[in-house]
Amino acid sequence: MDTYFHSVRLDKDKCRGCTNCIKRCPTQAIRVRNGKAVIIKERCIDCGECIRVCPHHAKYASRDVLSQIEDYKYKVALPAPALYGQFNNLDDVNIILNALPSLGFDSVFEVSKAAELISEATRIYMQQNTHIRPLLSSACPAVVRLIRVCFPELVDNIMPITAPVDEAGRLARIKAVQKTGLKPEEIGIFFITPCPAKVTAIKQPIGIEKSHVDGAIAINDIYPLLLKAMEKTEEADELKALHESGVIGIGWATSGGEASGTLHDNALAADGIENCMKILEEVDRGTLDSVDFIELNACQGGCVGGSLTSENPFIAKSRLMKLRKYSPISCNHLGNRVLPSELLCTSPVEPCDDVMKLADNVAEAMARMNRMKELLKVFPGLDCGTCGAPSCRALAEDIVRGYTTEHDCVFRAREELQELDSNESLDRFIPAPFREKKD
Amino acid sequence: MELLSLHYDVSGTDFTCAGEASSKIKRNLKELGFPTSVIRNVAIAVYEGEINLVIHGGGGVIDVEISPECISIVLADQGPGIPDVALAMQEGYSTAPDNVRQLGFGAGMGLPNIKKYTDEMIIESEVGKGTTIKLKVFVK
Repeated sequence: MDTYFHSVRLDKDKCRGCTNCIKRCPTQAIRVRNGKAVIIKERCIDCGECIRVCPHHAKYASRDVLSQIEDYKYKVALPAPALYGQFNNLDDVNIILNALPSLGFDSVFEVSKAAELISEATRIYMQQNTHIRPLLSSACPAVVRLIRVCFPELVDNIMPITAPVDEAGRLARIKAVQKTGLKPEEIGIFFITPCPAKVTAIKQPIGIEKSHVDGAIAINDIYPLLLKAMEKTEEADELKALHESGVIGIGWATSGGEASGTLHDNALAADGIENCMKILEEVDRGTLDSVDFIELNACQGGCVGGSLTSENPFIAKSRLMKLRKYSPISCNHLGNRVLPSELLCTSPVEPCDDVMKLADNVAEAMARMNRMKELLKVFPGLDCGTCGAPSCRALAEDIVRGYTTEHDCVFRAREELQELDSNESLDRFIPAPFREKKD
Repeated sequence: MELLSLHYDVSGTDFTCAGEASSKIKRNLKELGFPTSVIRNVAIAVYEGEINLVIHGGGGVIDVEISPECISIVLADQGPGIPDVALAMQEGYSTAPDNVRQLGFGAGMGLPNIKKYTDEMIIESEVGKGTTIKLKVFVK
């Protein structure tokens, strides 16, 4: 198997080689080479920012299609709580949960149920491990990958508790085996996902050896089918009471939900990848050592902001607030206030500290950084992206790593042209906005 | 071998820019592949020093000289200077104005923290002329 699985992919035919994605990528993982975007797989964290920003829809998330559930004898849907916020005028979550089987599923297990267990486990873990502060949530896979690549020194602060979707998968499989008598591998567990990072987390998990989930289907792929099925369900006389989670479980769909689920006032929640990076900078600097728990969501608004959702995240959030009103605080409990070992990660989150290093040894890296300094003196500092790198500094880095040359810079090219034709003004070769002002 | 020098100007008027230089220094050290503990020590010391440049020094400069064995940092300002360095080194002693304290700074831990996170610290200060702090963090 390839060392790196990524859900985020490029459709070369649609890519125009523009600079939108390279500028937006939080880990500077994209370059334009030969007129097409190239994703640097070691750096990509599958956050989906490029999918959101690409005007040509050339970036997409690889995910499973609904027909793949047919590979299994018994199929279970795991709806993310973000799914509940996608529908207008919905007053009962049971309508969604009763409609899902008509898409081919045999049963439904809410991820929000497992989320409530994870919230309880978090509270216990926080009490038992007061020496690690702040604890960072492990729920957003894009954030976990961001920490590995950009803040490798903080991996030990990541709480080693599995994500709700994995716990939901584990419990759903146990339940299905008990009910059907089938072998565990004959049960297909499919997450209805709001984001590509979860697809990656299922195919290539961090913290556990193998995901308990077999596949991930995008919310926006099943949305039209589900909407039709829900119309029929609504007309039916009786709805089965399948919705078994409360305020805390549904709260996980939006930023701040997980933090408030700790029932702890010394917690912090940030959303949006740039905000997450700012908070991680502060953690790195030690200024947040007195905060007990930090929830970070790569998408703005939390999971409702995932790039595979159908609805605007702010609208979805407002609907979820209404849906969870008058719900019990939590419907799922661990029981004896003991942290079950099944909820703990089985392998540590390994830092990827080599990704950002300029060279294997400090001396060589220093020589390269000195060369970068020289290059940055002759680059224009416009960060225009025309060279295919997101900034002049990133181009300098690519050059010292030996990936390209300074000829990629259009401004350097201009100067070289001028050397060939020394009687002409430099300005002849560049577009008007970049020409020097004449008195 | 050629050393690597980095230079940063720190504005004394824009408080919102405080911390930018230390972030850049930290990023550079990460790219150079220094051990995490060394990077953290340098980052905290430089951050505290940078905040001091902004709050007390009216801005200044940060010069970092890097070798594989040692990271040397010089923070220099032309501010009011420190009348009693020993007093300023005491934990909790602060002359920061109220508006800065309201932001959570000025707790009197800046200089003691710099001392704590570095292997060598020399303060040269003259009232009315300015302050220069020379720091060293060794790579063990």
